[in-house]
Amino acid sequence: MADVVATHETIVVVGGGISGMTAAVEAAETGKNVVLIERAPSLGGRVSQLYKYFPKLCHPTCGMEINLRRLRGNKRIKVLTLAEVTKIEGRAGDYRISVTAHPRYVNENCTACGACGEAVSAQIPNPFDYGMSTMKAAYLPSLMAYPQRYVIDPSIIGTPDAERAQAACKYGAVDLDMATETFTLTAGAVVWATGWRPYDAGKIQPYGYDRFANVITSVEFERLSDPRGPTGGRILRPSDGKEAKNVAFIQCAGSRDRNHLKHCSRICCMASLKQTTYVRERFGDDAQSTIYYIDIRAIDRFEDFYQKVQADSTVRFVKSKVANITEDEASGDVILHGVDTEGYHRYDNRHDLCVLAVGMEPSVDIRTVADVAVDASGFIEMGSTNGGIFGAGCASNALDVNRSVQSATASVLRAVQVVNRVAKAEG
Amino acid sequence: MTDMKIGAYVCQGCGLGERLDTKALTMVAQKEGKAHVVREHEFLCNSQGVAMIQKDIDEGVNRVVIGACSRRAKAEAFTFENVAVARVNLREQVIWSQPPTDEARELTQEMAADYIRMGCAEAKKIVAPTPNAAHGTNKRILVVGGGVTGMTAALESARAGYEVLLVEKAPALGGYMASLYKRVPSREPFADPQPTDIEALVAAVSKDPKITVHLNSRTTRTSGAPGQFSVDITAESGPTRTENVGAIVMATGFTPYDASRLPEFGYGKSPNILDQAGLEALARSAAAKGEPMRRPSDGKEVQSVAFIQCAGQRDASGTHLKYCSGHCCNTSMKQAMYFKAQNPNIDTAIIYTDLRTPGNGEDFYRSAQTKGVIFTKGKVQSVAVNGDGSASVHFHDLILDDKAAVMKDVDLVVLATGQVPNSGVNIDIPPDATDVPVTEAGKVQSVSVLNLTYRQGPDVPQLKYGFTDSHFICFPYETRRTGIYTAGPVRRPMDITQAVEDATGAALKAIQAVENAGLGRAAHPRSGDLSFPTFRREGCTQCKRCTVECPFGAIDEDEQRYPQFNEGRCRRCGTCMGACPVRVISFENYSVDSVGSQIKAVDVPDEFSEKPRILLLACENDAYPALDMAGVSGHTSSAFVRTIPVRCLGSVNMIWITDALNSGYDGVMLMGCKHGDDYQCHFVKGSELASYRMSKIDDTLQNLNLEKDRVRVLEVAISDIARVPQFINEYAEKIQEIGMSPFKGF
Repeated sequence: MADVVATHETIVVVGGGISGMTAAVEAAETGKNVVLIERAPSLGGRVSQLYKYFPKLCHPTCGMEINLRRLRGNKRIKVLTLAEVTKIEGRAGDYRISVTAHPRYVNENCTACGACGEAVSAQIPNPFDYGMSTMKAAYLPSLMAYPQRYVIDPSIIGTPDAERAQAACKYGAVDLDMATETFTLTAGAVVWATGWRPYDAGKIQPYGYDRFANVITSVEFERLSDPRGPTGGRILRPSDGKEAKNVAFIQCAGSRDRNHLKHCSRICCMASLKQTTYVRERFGDDAQSTIYYIDIRAIDRFEDFYQKVQADSTVRFVKSKVANITEDEASGDVILHGVDTEGYHRYDNRHDLCVLAVGMEPSVDIRTVADVAVDASGFIEMGSTNGGIFGAGCASNALDVNRSVQSATASVLRAVQVVNRVAKAEG
Repeated sequence: MTDMKIGAYVCQGCGLGERLDTKALTMVAQKEGKAHVVREHEFLCNSQGVAMIQKDIDEGVNRVVIGACSRRAKAEAFTFENVAVARVNLREQVIWSQPPTDEARELTQEMAADYIRMGCAEAKKIVAPTPNAAHGTNKRILVVGGGVTGMTAALESARAGYEVLLVEKAPALGGYMASLYKRVPSREPFADPQPTDIEALVAAVSKDPKITVHLNSRTTRTSGAPGQFSVDITAESGPTRTENVGAIVMATGFTPYDASRLPEFGYGKSPNILDQAGLEALARSAAAKGEPMRRPSDGKEVQSVAFIQCAGQRDASGTHLKYCSGHCCNTSMKQAMYFKAQNPNIDTAIIYTDLRTPGNGEDFYRSAQTKGVIFTKGKVQSVAVNGDGSASVHFHDLILDDKAAVMKDVDLVVLATGQVPNSGVNIDIPPDATDVPVTEAGKVQSVSVLNLTYRQGPDVPQLKYGFTDSHFICFPYETRRTGIYTAGPVRRPMDITQAVEDATGAALKAIQAVENAGLGRAAHPRSGDLSFPTFRREGCTQCKRCTVECPFGAIDEDEQRYPQFNEGRCRRCGTCMGACPVRVISFENYSVDSVGSQIKAVDVPDEFSEKPRILLLACENDAYPALDMAGVSGHTSSAFVRTIPVRCLGSVNMIWITDALNSGYDGVMLMGCKHGDDYQCHFVKGSELASYRMSKIDDTLQNLNLEKDRVRVLEVAISDIARVPQFINEYAEKIQEIGMSPFKGF
C-alpha cells in the first residue's frame, strides 16, 4: 500500500457504507484528500442489503449509483477495501493510523468477467444474504460492487479450487501469493463511520430466534423480500419454504429494554411499516401483517407513511410487548403469546413467520482502536476530548439513512476545520 | 481548433474476442466511423492497453472511442486528460445480453457494429469540456436566520476559515431557543433538562472576527449564482446595503402552529391553557422571580398539569398539520420535569398516542417515569374550562378503552403544537390561488425570505408541507436552488440537537459550493462536470420553455427576453435542451446533435429484412445501470434494440424521437425514473417533464400516420434488473405484431 499518499491534511474515513461514502465524496468535493477504508471487499455497507428505503420505497442502489459515480470520478479519493483500522494514535492534525489489509487474491487486472467464479466449485455462505444463500468461493460481492473486482475466499487458498481460479483468469488477475499487509497512514482528521450491526437476536431468549426456524430478523426479511435475494423475493419461510403470507413483526426486539439495548433504535418502526408493504406487494389481499408495538415512532414527515400503512386493511397493529413465542412443531408455525394492552386481552396468535425488528448497536467498539468518548450504548459522543476524530452515521447514534447522511456531512465540516487549521499552520 | 482525429479501440477481453469479429468492428470504425486510428487489443483496460491509447493521444488522437465494457466499468482506466471519450458498451449490453449461441452470432455482431458506428458518431460531436472562465470566486457565506441553526452554521463556517454574514430579522440573536427556559438534554445521562447555553453561543458568534451580524435586517433582494450572489440587506427603517457572497444557508426556523386553531382544546378560553412556547415563558418568568410557577388566571400555585400531545398534529383529517413535529414528546417531558423540580407532588400527566423519544431520548423517558410523570395513552377529545379556573380534559383512554375518561381539576393544560416552517413563499402556488388546502394555507407565507430575482420565484421550492428539501433520503441537503442550502426546522421538523447537526452539514455544503463555483464545476449529482449549457441566440424564439422548465431555476431572462443561463446554478441535466423546440441549447459533451448523430448512425435494415430497430433512450442513473446488471446477471433481451444513455429523460428532445421514426426505426422506448410525490428522478422534475411532453406524442404519431405503440414510455428503477429485459422483449414482440415501420429506405 505504498501508493497511498496521506498527509496531515488528509481526512481518513473509516467505513464505506452510506455514511462513509457520503463523508468521502463530500470531503473530496470540498477539495480535501480522502482515504476511505472499508473492512468488506466492496463499498455499500448495510444499506446495500436493503430491498427498499422508507418512506419513498425506492431502492438503495439508486443513490449508491450516484455516490459511486461521484467517487469513481474523483481523484482525491483513495479507496482501501478489505482493510481494517487497528490503532489510531496522535492528536488532531497529526494522526498515525495503523491499518491491516487482508488479501483479496485478485489484483486490479480483474475485469469482473466471471471466469474464476465459473472455475471454482466450492460454495460458501453468502454474507450479502446473511448466510441464507451460498455462493461460489470466487465471487463478486454484489452486482453493484465497487471495486468491481472478484474476491477469492481465503477458505480455498491452498486447494485445487484456488488453482483452478488462477488458471481460468486470462488477465493475470488472480494472485494467490497475496498476503496480509500492515501499514501506517498519516491523517489530520478521522471520520469514523463504521455503522451498526443488528442486535444479537439469540439473546432475547423468549423469542426463540436460536430455536425456531421461522423466527427471523428484520435484516434477514429484507433479503427474503428482495428479488435478488435468496428466495427471489418470494418471501418463503425458512422451515419449509412455504409462502409466508401471515407475518408478525415484533417491535423493540432488544431495544428500549434495560436487559438488552436501553436506547430506542429509531429505524425499526419505520422498517416494519415498510416491510408490511413487501408482504402486501407479494401477496396482495391475501397478505396479513401484524405489528406488535409499544409506540409507533414514525417521526416527523414519516407520519405520512404510517398513515398510509394504517389505511391498508391487511395490516393490523397490536399494542403489546410480546411475552414469548412458541412453535407448533407439526406446522412450523409460530405462536405469539402476550397481552394486548389496549383493553387487556390475552392472545395466542398464530403466524407463518415472525420478524424481529432488531435494534442497532455500534458495529465496532472504537475504544479498542482510539481513545474516544462514547455514550452508554457505545455510540461516539461529540466532544472536544475526541480531538480530530468524529463519529458519523450510526457509529454516532441510532439513525436512519437520511440522518446518517446529515451526520456524515456535518462530520466532514468538523474534519475540514481540523485540516484547514493544519494547512494554515503549515502555510 | 485542431483537426479532429478519432482513435477507435476494440477490446477482445472478457469474451469479446470470441463472441465478436473485432477485426470487422475496427473496419466499421475506420470506414463508416471515419476513425483515423483503429486498434484491437486483447485486454484494453490493462496498463499496456491504456498506454497504447495514451501514445496515440500523444501523437494527435483527440477523440477516443472505446469498444469494451460499460462506461460504468473501468472508468479510471479509460479517462484521459482533455480528450473526449465515447464508451461503446460491447460487453454488458451486447455479448452479455445476447445468447452465446451460433445462431445469435449474426445479430450480436450487427448490434456491436451499430454501437461502434454510434460511438464514432458521438465522438465527432463532443469535446472534453473546458470550464467557463466567467465563474464567481466569492467565498463568503451568507446565513439567513440568527437562531441556534443559523448561529451554528455561521460559527462552524468561520471555524473552517470562511467569512460569514449573518442576517437576523429580530433585534437580537437567539431565535426560538432564546425563549426556552431549559432544553432537552443532549448528553449522558439524558436525565434532566439542561441549560440552553444560548448566551454563550450568541457571545461566540458576536465576538468571532470572521462573522458580521446584521440585526433587524432582511434579505430584500438576492441575485446571481454560487460564487457570485449579490444580496441586498435591508435594516428595519434603515439603509439597504448590497453585499456579495458565494453561498447561502437559509436557517429561518419555524413558527409554532397557531393554537387558536384548536378551540376544542380550550385555547383562548382561559389563560391557563397554553402551548409549549407559553409554558416556557411561564417557567422563565417564574424562575426569574425565584417563585414557583403559578396559574396565569389567578396566581394559584400549580398543582396539576396535563400535556396534550399531537395537538393539531398527526391529523389525517386534513384540518391541522398532517405530520409529527418530532421533538414534542421530549419537550413535554422536559416541561413536566420543570414542575417535578419545583415540587415532586405536582401531578403531571402526558396524554399521548405514541410516545416518540428515539435514540437516547429513551433514557429521558425513563427519567421522567422515575420522577413520577404519568403517561396516559389516550386521544383527547376536548378541554372544558371550569368557573374556578381549572380545566377538565375529556379523552378516550386507549388502555382501558374508556371513551368517556376525564382528567379533572387540572390547573394548567399545555398543548404540544407543531412546527410550521418559515420557508417563505411557496412558488408552486400561484399568488391568487383560492383552492389551497387549509393545512397548506397555514403554511403559505406571503413574505419572501430570500427575495430571489430568479425567473421561477422568490424562494427555495418546497417539497411538502412547506418544508424545503429535495432528495429526502440520500441527498437531504440538495435543494433545487444550487448554492442555497436550508437547515433546521425549515427543512423538516426537528429538535435542537438535530438542528445543530443539520446546520453543520449545511455549512459544509455551502463551503463546498463556493469552492467548486470558483472552478466552474457542477454540483451534485453530476459533480465535477465542467460542461455547461450554451445557446445559439440567433435561433432562439424566446418561447421561455427552458426558463420555466429548468428544475433548478437556473435560467433567467435578460433585458431582451433571451434566456440567461446562470451556469453556477445549473446541474447539467439537460432539461432545457430537451425542452427547446428550436434546438438551440447544447453542452460541449452532450447535445441534440451528439445524440441525434448516434440515432442516425445506426444501420437500419430495409423493411423486408425482418430486423426491426428499436431506439431505447435510458436514464443514465437508473435504467442504464439496470440494463448493465441485467447483462451481468445473464438476462437476454432483443438484439434489435439500440440503447443510448441520456442524462435524464428531461433532456430528451422530441426531435430525437421524430428523427428516429422518420428514418425507419420501428419503435422508440424511453426508460426513466418514477415521478410524483415519491419521485426518484435525480433532477427532481426531469422525468415528470418528460412524461408530460410524451403525453402529447400521440399527435406527432398521428401526423406521421404511425401507430400509438411506436413510442413507449416506461418507469424503471435501478433494481428492475429482471424486468428491464422483459420490458424490452415485450416491446419487441409488440413491434413484430404491428409490423415494420413504413418509413424505411426514405
